[in-house]
Amino acid sequence: MDKRNQKTEFGMEKILLSRIDIENSHKLEVYEAHGGYQAIRKVLGKVAPEDLINIVKQSGLRGRGGAGFPTGLKWSFIPKESEKPKYLCCNADEGEPGTFKDRVLMCKDPHMLIEGMILCSYAIGIQLSFIYIRGEFQQEADTLDAAVAEAYKKGYLGKNILGSGFNHDIIVQRGAGAYVCGEETALIESVEGHRGNPRLKPPFPALVGVFNCPTVINNVETLSSVPFIVCNGADAYRAFGTEKSPGTKLFSISGNVQKPGVYELPLGTPLKNLIYDKAGGLLAGRRLKGVIPGGSSSPILLPDEIEGLTLDYESIAGAGSMLGSGAVIVIDDRWSIPKIAWRLAVFYAHESCGQCTPCREGTAWTRDIFKRICNGGGEPQDLDLILDIQDNIMGKTLCPLGDAAAMPAIAFVKKFKDEFLNLMKNN
Amino acid sequence: MSKLKSEVVEKIKSLSVQYPTKEAALLPALYAVQHEYGWLSRDNMDQVAGLLEVPPVRVYGVATFYTMYHKKSVGKHLIQVCTNISCMINDAEDIVAYLKERLSVQVGQTTEDNLFTLIEVECLGNCGAAPVMKIDEIFYEKLTKEKIDQILEYYRKNG
Repeated sequence: MDKRNQKTEFGMEKILLSRIDIENSHKLEVYEAHGGYQAIRKVLGKVAPEDLINIVKQSGLRGRGGAGFPTGLKWSFIPKESEKPKYLCCNADEGEPGTFKDRVLMCKDPHMLIEGMILCSYAIGIQLSFIYIRGEFQQEADTLDAAVAEAYKKGYLGKNILGSGFNHDIIVQRGAGAYVCGEETALIESVEGHRGNPRLKPPFPALVGVFNCPTVINNVETLSSVPFIVCNGADAYRAFGTEKSPGTKLFSISGNVQKPGVYELPLGTPLKNLIYDKAGGLLAGRRLKGVIPGGSSSPILLPDEIEGLTLDYESIAGAGSMLGSGAVIVIDDRWSIPKIAWRLAVFYAHESCGQCTPCREGTAWTRDIFKRICNGGGEPQDLDLILDIQDNIMGKTLCPLGDAAAMPAIAFVKKFKDEFLNLMKNN
Repeated sequence: MSKLKSEVVEKIKSLSVQYPTKEAALLPALYAVQHEYGWLSRDNMDQVAGLLEVPPVRVYGVATFYTMYHKKSVGKHLIQVCTNISCMINDAEDIVAYLKERLSVQVGQTTEDNLFTLIEVECLGNCGAAPVMKIDEIFYEKLTKEKIDQILEYYRKNG
């Protein structure tokens, strides 16, 4: 293990979860008492917006929603001079099955997110931003609304923030139950009051986003990481994680482990540390069957494939899967993979917006064939048929939902072929 | 058709000026109607369309796209049980079966006394506490049959 990660072994300083155990951590005065709103004091009216973007670039922060795109670079794509207003949409539509990290940040430290949003908006020149939160999170939205109101009262939002001349408003906008709205162009459509049908790209949201204006869309965890970077500098952030995946990340671990939950770890931490040390390992007497490393859309990994694997974008991609949202789902030997494949296929068929034929039809056919197999009516050639359908979905849709449905289906069928064949009627 | 209550109309009007376009207030406007009436009737959707100056079909389109808008009336309390992967491998199917038995309904149905509607939902984003369900806006976590008995009794007692 390289030196930078040694901190982690001996109770490291946390970046994202440093305040969550403090009583009333969601309140403004608690945030302020523990270093909050110092980053905006440091930069508003004092540091040039471009320099702020450079700090974020130098930190190497990458988008925590799933794609891992460099945040500073994304910010720099927004035109500096624009006749139209520019917008920020914070993606709080946490819906990838297995993911529950942003909820912790919004419930326990909403002001860190708000401060991150003010910093992003100052860097880009944005006056109005939206927190697009999934509709099911009503209480979480209420917590955010209360935090936003506190920030207005204290002068951190509204006109002439801290006397800097910079104005900023935040609207908390609830979704209404649609997984696809976590996709950035569907989110934009939903903010505009439309059905969440993704848009064709290009044009990219950086030029034509919400209300046809330049728009940056960042995940809750990404924006929440920014105050630390601004207060402590890019190098302090880079002291955690790996060269290509700097910093810490939240990992949601669920399924068949002793202590499921959200853990903050430096990127590059061994996956087995998360499963066996943090989450306490499997339940007594159980054997590991597979691990889904980055939310339900990431291909499942077999026990021998997680040996030596580290939690960073490159390592998981090298094993043929994705770090995604950092949602690790651990499956033990009690559970049928075909049944899990069927359940996830039901999910994707339900959530397909129906706009692109390969996804709309393909996810439904996949669901029906998995169901047939699980009910004992499958034929061995069904497995080839499933793979053929996925091939006709992958890369042939406007948004990544099609790929998100196909990738796990392919991995289930290829890696657990015998388990599927055992269910076939002629076997 | 019966007119939307004036406080709902006022709420929608105040929402509509928050955004760069009136139409952007459609999702929160539909929530405002649903909060008052429990579901979205065609009459009420038409009035929302009028207030936001969009064609009624836009409103129907949005209402039917998003699963959280109710297109028919539901019971006083909506029980939403997650059965997606992390809950599934923590016995969510047993939880659904037990609720069906205790409520004497199938998934999607409302109890005879109109107190509960039971539905299965996709991932609720609380997988660390699986299996989970929500009743209205409240999460119930790490469910067991015993917990379900207590929860149902609470709602039956308190209406």
